[in-house]
Formats: sequence, C-alpha cells, structure tokens
Amino acid sequence: MSIQYIYPEFEVIRNENRCIACRVCERQCANEVHSYNEDKKVMISDESKCVNCQRCVSLCPTRALKIVKSDCTLRENANWQNDTIKEIYKQAGSGAVLLSSMGNPKSFPVYWDKILINASQVTNPPIDPLREPMETKVFLGKKPDVIQRDENGNIKCEMPPQIELSMPVMFSAMSYGSISYNAHASLARAATELGILYNTGEGGLHEDFYVYGPNTIVQVASGRFGVHEDYLSAGAAIEIKMGQGAKPGIGGHLPGAKIVGDVSKTRMIPEGSDAISPAPHHDIYSIEDLRQLVFSLKEATEYKKPVIVKVAAVHNIAAIASGIARSGADIIAIDGFRGGTGAAPTRIRDNVGIPIELALAAVDQRLRDEGIRNNVSLVVGGSIRSASDVIKAIALGADACYIATAALLALGCHLCRTCQSGKCNWGIATQRPDLVKRLNPDIGSERLVNLMNAWRHEIKELMGGMGINSIEALRGNRLMLRGVGLNEKELEILGISHAGE
Amino acid sequence: MLIDAKELGYKEINEKIRESGKECEIVGALGQRFIAAGMSGKTISIDGVPGNALGAYLNGASIKVKANAQDAVGDTMNDGLIVVGGNIGDAAGYAMRGGKIFVKGDAGYRAGIHMKAYKEKIPVMIIGGRAGSFLGEYQAGGIIVVLGLKNESAHDNSGKIVGYFPCTGMHGGKMYLRSDCEGIKFPGQVNVAHAKGKDLDELKEYIGEYCEEFGLNADEILDADFTVVTPDSKNPYKQMYVAN
Repeated sequence: MSIQYIYPEFEVIRNENRCIACRVCERQCANEVHSYNEDKKVMISDESKCVNCQRCVSLCPTRALKIVKSDCTLRENANWQNDTIKEIYKQAGSGAVLLSSMGNPKSFPVYWDKILINASQVTNPPIDPLREPMETKVFLGKKPDVIQRDENGNIKCEMPPQIELSMPVMFSAMSYGSISYNAHASLARAATELGILYNTGEGGLHEDFYVYGPNTIVQVASGRFGVHEDYLSAGAAIEIKMGQGAKPGIGGHLPGAKIVGDVSKTRMIPEGSDAISPAPHHDIYSIEDLRQLVFSLKEATEYKKPVIVKVAAVHNIAAIASGIARSGADIIAIDGFRGGTGAAPTRIRDNVGIPIELALAAVDQRLRDEGIRNNVSLVVGGSIRSASDVIKAIALGADACYIATAALLALGCHLCRTCQSGKCNWGIATQRPDLVKRLNPDIGSERLVNLMNAWRHEIKELMGGMGINSIEALRGNRLMLRGVGLNEKELEILGISHAGE
Repeated sequence: MLIDAKELGYKEINEKIRESGKECEIVGALGQRFIAAGMSGKTISIDGVPGNALGAYLNGASIKVKANAQDAVGDTMNDGLIVVGGNIGDAAGYAMRGGKIFVKGDAGYRAGIHMKAYKEKIPVMIIGGRAGSFLGEYQAGGIIVVLGLKNESAHDNSGKIVGYFPCTGMHGGKMYLRSDCEGIKFPGQVNVAHAKGKDLDELKEYIGEYCEEFGLNADEILDADFTVVTPDSKNPYKQMYVAN
C-alpha cells in the first residue's frame, strides 16, 4: 500500500455519552464516513471521507456529533502553506488537474466590505418604509433614447421587450444536472411566488418546469444542450452564456456519471455521455458574430424576448461590455471572480478574473461615457451575499443582481465545496434519488421566499434611510457610497469618495 | 407564396414566411441572414444566396437553396431539412441535434462542431465535396459524411477530403469519409477504420436520400472506400481531474 501523504482535514468528534447508536449519521452520510461496529456495539467513523457538510451534525437527534478542523498540521511556512503542499501531493499522486467547487475561497479583497452606505440626517429626511410606499420594482431591457410621438402628439409606447422584477434580485444560472430536480423546483416556485426570475443554466428545461416559463430565463451556452424552439419560447428571456465568473475562459464539463434519467432527457444527450460545453461558442469569434447569435435568437422568438449576454468579469471588461451593448443584446450580465460553480479547475477558479465591484463600476462608467448606458440593463453576480451588497451594487450602477450561492445556502447548502462529487448530502448538487428527496421543494421554495422577502425589507430600510423611495433613483447614485481603507486608484475605479470626504 | 427578397431585410422576409402558407418560394435572396430561424411546418425554396445562420434553430421546416449558402447554416438545428446546391461557409450545423443538412459542394471550416444525438433524433450532415479544418470537433452524436466528389465550383480539387484537425474532442456519433484518409491526422481518442458491414448499410440509406435530392447515382458514390471514425470513449476527459 502506498503511503498516505494527506492526513484527513476534519475530525469527527462523537460524544459517546450522548450517542445512542441510532445510526442516523450512517444513513445520512453519502460519503460513508459513519458505520456501526456490531461487535463493539458502537458507531465508528472514517474521517478521511468527511467533507464537513454538517449533515450528520444537523440530523443527530442527541447532538452527539461535531466536525472540527483537524489540528494535525504539516510544518507550514508563509510561502508553503497547508493547502499548497496538499495540492502538490494530490497532483503528484494523480497527474491530474485539480478540480474544485463553489466560489474562490482565497483572501482577495471583498470590496463590498470596504464600502459604506449613506443615510439622511436633518435635511432630506429619511423615509420610513413601514408607513410610506417604497418601490423596489425594476424593468430590465433596452430603454428608448428619446420620447417619440405620433401625428396626434401622443407618446408612442412600444418598448423593446422588458423583464419585470418585483425586486432587483434574480436566481442565477445553475443547470439541471449540476443541481437536482428538487433544487430547480424550489428555485422555479420561489421565483414565481416572488415575481422574480430564475435561470435554467445550460441544462435545458425539464418538462415539468415549463409552467414556470414567465419566471424563467433560458440559457444558451456553447454546448447548446436542450436548446430548441419550444425551449427558447418558454422563458421570459434568453441568456447567451459567454463566460462564468468562477471559470472565465473555459467551458463546462458535466461528467457522464451525472447524465442519468431525466438529466439526459432534458439535455437531450444519451445517458453516460459527457456533456462538454466548449470554451468558446464556435460560431462566435467576434462582437459581430455575437450580434449574429443575438439576432438569430430574436428572429427565432419574434423579438418577444430580451436577450441577455452573460460574461465573466475579466481585465478589459469595460471594452467587452461596450461591444456587447452594441451587439443588440438587451441585458448584460457580469459574473465576478467569486461566483460559484459546481466544478471548476482550482487554478482557474482561484486566479482568473476580477472582483465584480470593480468590473461593475468600470462598465457602468464606460457605458455612460459612451452614451450607450440605456442600450442595456446591467445585472451583476459573483458573490452577492446580502441586501447591503445588493444596495451597493445598485448604487454602483447595476440594474439588478444575480444570486446563486446565497440561494443554495437558503436551501441547506453548507458550502462544503464538494459539489463535483455528486454526493451532496443536502440533496442539492446530486442526482442520486435517495439524496435528492432530502430536499423538499415545498420547504426549499418557502426558505427562498423568506430570504428574498427579508432582503426586500432590508433594501427598503436602507433606501429609506438614504431618503430614497424608489430603487430606480438609487441606480448609479455613487454619492450614496463611501470607501474605507481603499487606495486612490481603487476609489477612482469605483467612482466613490473616501469616508470623511 | 412567392417572396421577392429584393430590398427586404431579414426581419421582413421572416415575417412574410410566417404569414405564408406551407409552401414558400423566395427569389432574389442576397445575403439576408436568419432566414427561417426556428421555423417548422414550411417548405421553403430559395433562389439566390441566403446569408448567415440560414435555418438556425430550424424546427422541422424544409429549406432548399439552389446556389451557395453562407456561414452557420442550420446552427443549433433541431429538426427538418436543409439542402444546398452549391457550397456553404463556416460553422455549418453547429450543435445540431436533429434533421439533415445536404450540401452538394464544399463546406468551410468548423462544420458539424458539437453535433449531438438523442434517441430517435440523429442529425445527419452530408457534404458532397470537401470539408475544411476542424470538422466534427467535440462531435457528441449524429452522422457526418464527406464524399469528396469533384466540385466544379471549388477552387481546388486536388486537396485532401478534409482539412486539419478533424474530430478533435469527438465523444459520440460517427463520421464517414469517402477516402482512405491516408495522410490525414486524427486525434488519439478516436478509432479510424475501413467502413464495412453494418456501417455501409447505414451509409447506403443516407447516401440514397442524398442522391435523390441532387439526381446523383448512389451506386457510383458507394463504389469507393469509406473510412469510418468513431470515438473510443464517451468520457474522453474522465481521467484528467482530481478532487481538491
């Protein structure tokens, strides 16, 4: 047997005084950490399989379990830290590319946490959302530049297609396949109840979910899985996925093992076949080609649906967005480098792309400078964690935000970051029927609705504090923001002053 | 219904096609894009040269073009038939999942990229002349046939039946090339063999249909060596990753 270089990351601590050997933990753990020793009549654990998803901890009826980070360490130094060394061992043992899940965990600056929000005092009094109406509704889509009138002087009201959202938040793309049927059902139902939209991701639309079409964004990515006329017509909008914040510049790859049953049917590819989304769309090598795809989709859907172009936040995002705004797209979605993923090469997830805060500020400014800001709406994602992040994003210039990691947390995700294994004990990132059924869509959708309603209330309170009663009046209102601990260049890009100025 | 495409944009042409009955004849096409995008239940003939993305997302309609067609013919096509009497440009049949594309002449670069199949939906693309580089990249299903027939309108009939890098990343479907493929470099994850038996029977059916469209002699075309290319794994990248 070869030497095990890597000591398990977590320890399973079982309080033997409390454990009643009911074997719930054993049944709940798809990673098979827990087992029952018949001879000794005790539960035992193999912590090498533990991913610290906390499922057993949450379900243990006597609270006999806890999972802690092992204090067994390598001899670390500032340059060669634990993770770095372990990654070397893994690659030396396998010769393979490191694959990770969920967003960038590295300690890059989180600009949201270095931006503070204004409030009214004395003059321009704050507004109390409990007693006064507050508008959180937004419309996404191309806005006309000028008011046009007919021969009788009446305003011409024909508008390009718009998406109406009751609040400036949507659930961003997660494919059926990367997440479960019940996770999709929860998102679709919650979006419908909330008057917002969820996004199919590149996995097609399950036939059961066509009824949620008015609250669905259907995605067209480079693999074009499950894309056909009925699918395109089913949604409220069509999103062309050019890139994803967690893995800019590369495609997607759902392993054949996850292409089973309805996932295969919905993607319209055979069971067991890898679903490979190439890095580029091979019919798009330029903005002109993008324009062609945008208009082919508009033609195919008779100009009834806004077209979103989603890109990852990368170095020259402002120029890219300027191109997209001229491509005929109605909405640009920008995904920051902290965005989640079901699986991405570690090196790419941790090192490619830029923070959404800087990308958003740069894009909004560039589109304003070029006089084309009204050509498109801006949607930003890539780690929007709270109502205050939403408010800051809107004030930096976004029309709406995309959330996904936060939505999964609402469904029970514990961010153990092993989605790629397909053994999600919370029934989210898995296709195993016994695991999927752990997520009850009735409860899941209710928790999502709760989260969004809570955020909506917080958004209203924050707006009211600033003396603003409409989200539209906050958009691009950077005077409402101040930076703390940011250097001049960062403040310049964000277009905000330092606190105290 | 007769549609004179002269001085009409693509939007107007598609509106007229939608308004028309089942049969529809377009004359004077001059590079208008997206003709018949997403359409079903129509039989459309086109005189002149249609522009890019002819029959994108096609959903069962039949399109016959006498002359050449441009780039992205049958992009993400789901069902139907596209017949082109001349040559076609780049990126034909990208991600097509069903239906048939028959081309009498040559295809440009990147034909049949990411074609896929599902159950009874098996897309078929037959190129009468030669195909450019990157043919059938990421092919995940369906059937691509290149016949290498002499093409009067081609610049060059001396070259190989297909350009560089065919079948890169192929993980499903089949490709038939009417050639011994000597000197053509295929990637490691595909099997390249002389077509015989069941493969030839399958081919015969499709070639018969193709020849009927263009009034060609199927027996003459089939009386040649065919190379069949298939992937050796549905999971070509399975071993590349280690969980971190």
